[in-house]
Amino acid sequence: MSPGGLQLPPVSLGGSPRSTDVPSSEQPELFLKKLQQCCVIFDFMDTLSDLKMKEYKRSTLNELVDYITISRGCLTEQTYPEVVRMVSCNIFRTLPPSDSNEFDPEEDEPTLEASWPHLQLVYEFFIRFLESQEFQPSIAKKYIDQKFVLQLLELFDSEDPRERDYLKTVLHRIYGKFLGLRAFIRKQINNIFLRFVYETEHFNGVAELLEILGSIINGFALPLKAEHKQFLVKVLIPLHTVRSLSLFHAQLAYCIVQFLEKDPSLTEPVIRGLMKFWPKTCSQKEVMFLGELEEILDVIEPSQFVKIQEPLFKQIAKCVSSPHFQVAERALYYWNNEYIMSLIEENSNVILPIMFSSLYRISKEHWNPAIVALVYNVLKAFMEMNSTMFDELTATYKSDRQREKKKEKEREELWKKLEDLELKRGLRRDGIIPT
Amino acid sequence: MAGVAGPATGSGAAGGDGDDSLYPIAVLIDELRNEDVQLRLNSIKKLSTIALALGVERTRTELLPFLTDTIYDEDEVLLALAEQLGNFTGLVGGPDFAHCLLPPLESLATVEETVVRDKAVESLRQISQEHTPVALEAHFVPLVKRLASGDWFTSRTSACGLFSVCYPRASIAVKGEIRQYFRSLCSDDTPMVRRAAASKLGEFAKVLELDSVKSEIVPLFTNLASDEQDSVRLLAVEACVSIAQLLSQDDIEALVMPTLRQAAEDKSWRVRYMVADKFSELQKAVGPKITLNDLIPAFQNLLKDCEAEVRAAAAHKVKELCENLPMEGRETMIMNQILPYIKELVSDTNQHVKSALASVIMGLSTILGKENTIEHLLPLFLAQLKDECPEVRLNIISNLDCVNEVIGIRQLSQSLLPAIVELAEDAKWRVRLAIIEYMPLLAGQLGVEFFDEKLNSLCMAWLVDHVYAIREAATNNLMKLVQKFGTEWAQNTIVPKVLVMANDPNYLHRMTTLFCINALSEACGQEITTKQMLPIVLKMAGDQVANVRFNVAKSLQKIGPILDTDALQEEVKPVLQKLGQDEDMDVKYFAQEAISAVAQRLRKLDFPVKDSEEPSAPGADKNHFLRPRGPGEDTGKGPAYQLHVNTRDTLPQLDTAEIVLFLPKHRLISRI
Repeated sequence: MSPGGLQLPPVSLGGSPRSTDVPSSEQPELFLKKLQQCCVIFDFMDTLSDLKMKEYKRSTLNELVDYITISRGCLTEQTYPEVVRMVSCNIFRTLPPSDSNEFDPEEDEPTLEASWPHLQLVYEFFIRFLESQEFQPSIAKKYIDQKFVLQLLELFDSEDPRERDYLKTVLHRIYGKFLGLRAFIRKQINNIFLRFVYETEHFNGVAELLEILGSIINGFALPLKAEHKQFLVKVLIPLHTVRSLSLFHAQLAYCIVQFLEKDPSLTEPVIRGLMKFWPKTCSQKEVMFLGELEEILDVIEPSQFVKIQEPLFKQIAKCVSSPHFQVAERALYYWNNEYIMSLIEENSNVILPIMFSSLYRISKEHWNPAIVALVYNVLKAFMEMNSTMFDELTATYKSDRQREKKKEKEREELWKKLEDLELKRGLRRDGIIPT
Repeated sequence: MAGVAGPATGSGAAGGDGDDSLYPIAVLIDELRNEDVQLRLNSIKKLSTIALALGVERTRTELLPFLTDTIYDEDEVLLALAEQLGNFTGLVGGPDFAHCLLPPLESLATVEETVVRDKAVESLRQISQEHTPVALEAHFVPLVKRLASGDWFTSRTSACGLFSVCYPRASIAVKGEIRQYFRSLCSDDTPMVRRAAASKLGEFAKVLELDSVKSEIVPLFTNLASDEQDSVRLLAVEACVSIAQLLSQDDIEALVMPTLRQAAEDKSWRVRYMVADKFSELQKAVGPKITLNDLIPAFQNLLKDCEAEVRAAAAHKVKELCENLPMEGRETMIMNQILPYIKELVSDTNQHVKSALASVIMGLSTILGKENTIEHLLPLFLAQLKDECPEVRLNIISNLDCVNEVIGIRQLSQSLLPAIVELAEDAKWRVRLAIIEYMPLLAGQLGVEFFDEKLNSLCMAWLVDHVYAIREAATNNLMKLVQKFGTEWAQNTIVPKVLVMANDPNYLHRMTTLFCINALSEACGQEITTKQMLPIVLKMAGDQVANVRFNVAKSLQKIGPILDTDALQEEVKPVLQKLGQDEDMDVKYFAQEAISAVAQRLRKLDFPVKDSEEPSAPGADKNHFLRPRGPGEDTGKGPAYQLHVNTRDTLPQLDTAEIVLFLPKHRLISRI
């Protein structure tokens, strides 16, 4: 078979009367016939070929959509394989290479699917089929199987956002109606994500898949299965490392917060995970991380907060003193959040010493006056919270810095000695110094 | 905090010199645990130093267990650790103890991050070679088995890369087990693992006994090549090359070809792309007979594939494919079976395809010989020279030398000229830059007459391009042309035009004159430099723009070695001294630089005299700072030189700043 090429058998699509014009007794047969006709695929890259036939298929698909929506008793057992066959023929295809070199979803316009006039109707029809009141999963599961789902998931890489949107609805309905496929779907989504994170960094449908998962997580039973926890820690958290995070960050953060609302004991691994993957050079991502962290802090339980406050505020101290003012600003906004403020206040004896030197330094050094003003407010808040400690830290600021410097110097000396030692060993080994 | 006291004790103990147990491990481990990632990373990168300080015994018993236990860190640190451990055998006491390194590397081989895992596998492969056969079976093989049956996909993925290093030295029973493990990973549930297995299939096949290759590897290959995921199938194509190399012709035909034929017609373009991309390797691996029967038709299909990516990949291979055909009947085969398809590609709808073809098509002329080239290829070259896409034209022009050897470039010159002119004026400066680079080659092949008539004006026009990189390339181009055509030609055609620009109202153009003089003076020789160039340079010392003036100083320094002493003494020095008093600090700075250079040269010329006068400083002139002051040097300028050291890095670069705006060079369209 020559792949993807124009392979139209000269089947005439003409001749079938409109479904609604024939007596109802003949309608089921006509339905099947039209489904078969719609299995013929046209080449939309060639805009001039088969215009009549394309139009006929379009109107036939429209009829099918109407018929499945309105008619009663139209989903007989023998229609299922034909429906699935027609849908498979039309939607399952190898996605073409992207037109633009190194397609960047943030910069480039997506290439829209040329066959959309037909494809849209096929998706529309399939969704009506899945949503029909007469639809019986027990029959459909013979045809909508693992292989079908796998091919469906691959289509999520489509560059066309309209197609991904339909796919999202389709997959969501399938997940809802086919209990036997649920674990498989989750596992395959895992594989797609892992491949995306660790192998290719390219998959267009991550946001859509996360959106589906967001609603799935909501329905997880408690206590959470190990599989779900592993998914959170080993798949969702590493997704934060991807370069194109901005394209799906909102959906990702939603999933994470859903998990934490289900099971607060997951807070610690999640926050530690975020700390581990904290962006080093990308300020834009850093701002996103800070936003997500605030969403997490909004739902955190005080008992969980205590567990992670140290690493957390060490990171926040670094962000506050970022030379990128948007990062510093985003971090300083935490002090406008009442709930976070109350958590900080309760634990000021731990948090204040961590934050103090950064805040103190920034109040003197940051280039951006707005940041300096925000820092003053934060310092003021700390002063009101815990004035004794605040005074102490102010008093010892200088000596603390000196001690740090001294420690640094000692480190250097240690390394120098170690290196001398290495050198000497080398010389001895080479017989330059006698042992 | 606890570390504060630590280093002090450490350094106290270190006073005692050279013992193995100098440093308490706590101090060193503190360093490996430092809160600051960067410091931690630095410590890990010097892990060998730490190990050395501890000695082999304590490295084995204390350091390695610590490393094994604390593998939860930033990937960057883990990567450095994985790398270090690969070279650690000596530090743990040599090959007898190499297995001590396995536990930390085993953990590293299971982490998520691919680069860390790959590095751990690389180190494990390295260390495996240091194991004795007994240790290999006692320690290494069990590790591979554990990884291969790990829960999470990462460890199984890592295992795939370890089979081939332990197989050759294992006993027969263990070999059977290893094969069994590999087999199961090839049908792993996770596509990531199947991909890893598929990518190591060829490597593993190479270390197996031929019988096992046929009975075990081939079925695995067949399965992977029909995997449900195209990302797995395409890796099988790579394995195909290695496997075919191991088998006899009959076996290839029976065991490999059905799968390869299927891959060449796979429904996924990625797989077909892979076949096209690996075509030369496949061709060599299956041998001439199968190539003729099977690969040529497959190649024809790839050349007219429905996806441009595939056609472009195949087009890239046209020349190699033709070269590697058996000599006997090669010409007929190319003419009848390949050329018709190439003709189609010349008018392909996709520019990447045409451009790929243009980069290799000229190479066919040496294979097909003069007559065929003139009759069949020349029309294609000409068509491509007129292509709408500049990259296509450029690729043709950049390979002109191949054709030149066969039919001479004259055949093309009529079409070449419009193509060159158009590229020379292309809106993209990168295209202009590329064509400039081919100018010397073209000039050599077209001859001076043709050049003067048709191309010279282009070369001069580039000198006033608004992009610095073009002006700079144009300057270098002039130098190469002078080297080719000689000084007389330079004097008649180039130099006058360059010198006229010294009066241009645009200071950038005036500076171009100076840059040209810098580049040309050496090729032009003393006479032209002294008589024609020097007066202009000296005159420009009075320019109102400081950038021009300090470039005058730089030019004088540059052309100094070409001038004779009289010119230096009488003409150059006074001007430089005047510039040395300039109000602009950068002009002063470069004037000083030039003055010292010139003075040095003047002094060098009468060095023998000096040498006898000051026997205490032989060779002192090599050293800029220590040298005794020469007679021509104005001692008053010393401090100024010091003052302007800091400014030199900033200002002169202002004009070159636009070079920074390089666009990423257009990459080829593979995206697998």
